Amino acid sequence: MKKRLAAFSEWADMRAPAVFILPAIMVILMLAIFPLIVSLYLSLSRFKFIKGGFSLKFIGLLNYKKLLVGSQQFHFLGVFGKLTVLEIGILILAAVLLIVWLVRYFRSGRLSIIGVLGRLILTTGVLALTWLILLTINQNGYPGTLVVTIFYVVFGVLIQFLIGLGLALLCAQRIPGRNFFRLVFFFPLMVTPVGIAYTFRMLVDTTIGPFTPIWEFFGWGAIPWVTIPWAARWVILLGDTWQWTPFMFIVLLAALENQPRDQVEAAIVDGASGWQIFRDITWPAIIPVCVTLILIRLIEAFKIIDLPNVLTNGGPGIASESLTLHSFMAWRTLDLGGSAAVAYMLLFISVFFAMSFVNFASHRLKDA
Amino acid sequence: MSTKRSIYQILFEAKSIDDVAPVPKTLTYIILGFWTFVCLFPLYWLIVTSFKIPIQVHDGPMYFPGIDFKPSMHAWYYIFVDLGNDTLRPYFNTIIVSISSSIIAVVIGSMAGYALTRITYQPKLGSVLMFIGTLVLTVISVVWLGLAWPIALASGLALYVVMLTTVGRRFKKSLHNNDIAFFMISQRILPPVAVVIPIYVLFQRIGLLDTHAALIITYTAVNLPIVVWLMRDFFESIPMDLEESAALDGASRYRVFFTIILPLSKPGLAATFLLVLILCWNEYLIALFLSTANAQTLPLLVAAMNATRGPQWWYMAVVIIIMITPVIAITIVLQRFITRGLLIGAVKG
Repeated sequence: MKKRLAAFSEWADMRAPAVFILPAIMVILMLAIFPLIVSLYLSLSRFKFIKGGFSLKFIGLLNYKKLLVGSQQFHFLGVFGKLTVLEIGILILAAVLLIVWLVRYFRSGRLSIIGVLGRLILTTGVLALTWLILLTINQNGYPGTLVVTIFYVVFGVLIQFLIGLGLALLCAQRIPGRNFFRLVFFFPLMVTPVGIAYTFRMLVDTTIGPFTPIWEFFGWGAIPWVTIPWAARWVILLGDTWQWTPFMFIVLLAALENQPRDQVEAAIVDGASGWQIFRDITWPAIIPVCVTLILIRLIEAFKIIDLPNVLTNGGPGIASESLTLHSFMAWRTLDLGGSAAVAYMLLFISVFFAMSFVNFASHRLKDA
Repeated sequence: MSTKRSIYQILFEAKSIDDVAPVPKTLTYIILGFWTFVCLFPLYWLIVTSFKIPIQVHDGPMYFPGIDFKPSMHAWYYIFVDLGNDTLRPYFNTIIVSISSSIIAVVIGSMAGYALTRITYQPKLGSVLMFIGTLVLTVISVVWLGLAWPIALASGLALYVVMLTTVGRRFKKSLHNNDIAFFMISQRILPPVAVVIPIYVLFQRIGLLDTHAALIITYTAVNLPIVVWLMRDFFESIPMDLEESAALDGASRYRVFFTIILPLSKPGLAATFLLVLILCWNEYLIALFLSTANAQTLPLLVAAMNATRGPQWWYMAVVIIIMITPVIAITIVLQRFITRGLLIGAVKG
């Protein structure tokens, strides 16, 4: 018996590598990869409830076609306006810059298949997105969920990063009470997004909100913010910024405190100005952290749903709908195929943004 | 060198390197004070609103309980006494779901994170590709060709084993630990909405919809990449000598992991656990898909307060307050740990 037990424990020890990693792999395979494949199939088919179950009919790329050129185009891409001269100018400028960048790469002599392919995809993607954004945000156009989501992500991450960096720089000074600020600035990150959505809905309300006297003073008292498309989008961005600035702040503060103090002190003794110290010493030291931080936030920001769903319910109309919310709305109307197609488009877009950012940042890091 | 300082110097130049001059210092405090106000005011407004009666909310803003309006406990009374169980059930659901899924995720994830730093894996690229290939074939044969799934699964498995023993040996190229880690961490980029519909159908099929189990399993999967990532970084910082001497003394890997490594990594485990716990506590989208009445969690309860009669601000404020109080309390007491959880990944990664 004892012998058998020893044999078993030896066998178990031999198998340890698999035992340690398999649970994680299985969970990810079962609940991420497998659903992802099923989702892909769903996005290529029409889903219908029939008696006692459901039926799936393979329809190829029809769901995607509907989003890009068909009946859902207004929802996903938006309504196209007419380009003004200025916007055509911007588009041409973007194209020229991208082509210059491509040509420089081709002449550098360090070509690889992946490099060429990646750059071509990047150029096409950036151009198409610029074109789409210009087409939909001008006067006659109307941005769809894709452009709105990109708006949330780009502006959100940028604003949160800048405020977070500013606050972190201030808090990194040796001043009394910084532990208090560190604690208080942390709170918003802990509050559930749904709660934030309702709170901000109350706060920006122009008849019952706390800032009503201010609105009335400026004569805006009767304007309900959430019925103006751009105001609704900015209010959502406000809530998002309130919640996520702390994340940037905490991580950047730690990065600032990690940097060796002697360099900075030497620079102060030599009479360098605050800006010079930041540009030449602090910034290069924290760039790697900034890159990781922005990447993490970029990935998470694309998943935004709680705020638009609760704060404005995506409205007015579809003005503040994000892609995740779009997908959820499609699911609620039992258009499972369309819902999966939107989800896949979201996946493509976030992968595209993350890859472009990593590429861009790694070149910067090499140059620095 | 004169020791007398001009007014400009007194105001704008620091006396020593560790000091901050008066004017910049005042400005700093003004800005930081402003942001403190920004962070706290919404929370203050929630608390104030929870003590108002409807008419006090609708008659325009009133700021100070006891001064410009008379505080009332009616909303608190309604939520805790009138609704009673309808409030407590989601509360317990949230507690059960977030704690159990965080524990499971931390256990599974730290095992994988540990293995990825200490054991060298070299799965053959060919066998992995073949696995994916047979998986896709199996799925296709079930969905398109209408094969019964037990048959498809068995034949897929058989096909895989046959291919592995014949063609599989020819592949030389293999994957490494970093590839596996990247595979796991990259799951984080998946938008939950892209996977939640099949998961919904799956749970509906096996009758787990609207149960704790469904939420626990899904949250575990969603948060696993974070745990693997954070714990891998943490384990890398633990020196190997202890384990090596334990292994020389004949301790098995399990023993080394559970009796030496885990106790050593308590701070990292606590940090990761708290972070995942808070993510689960606040999660909305997956709960929206997978639970309706029985397993309803707090975010859903909050969202449901937007009743047909328009938003019930006072009740909503109470629910939001009771929802965020535990998390804020955890933050105040354990802020160091949570910060650490955020930092392991970002600062070192």
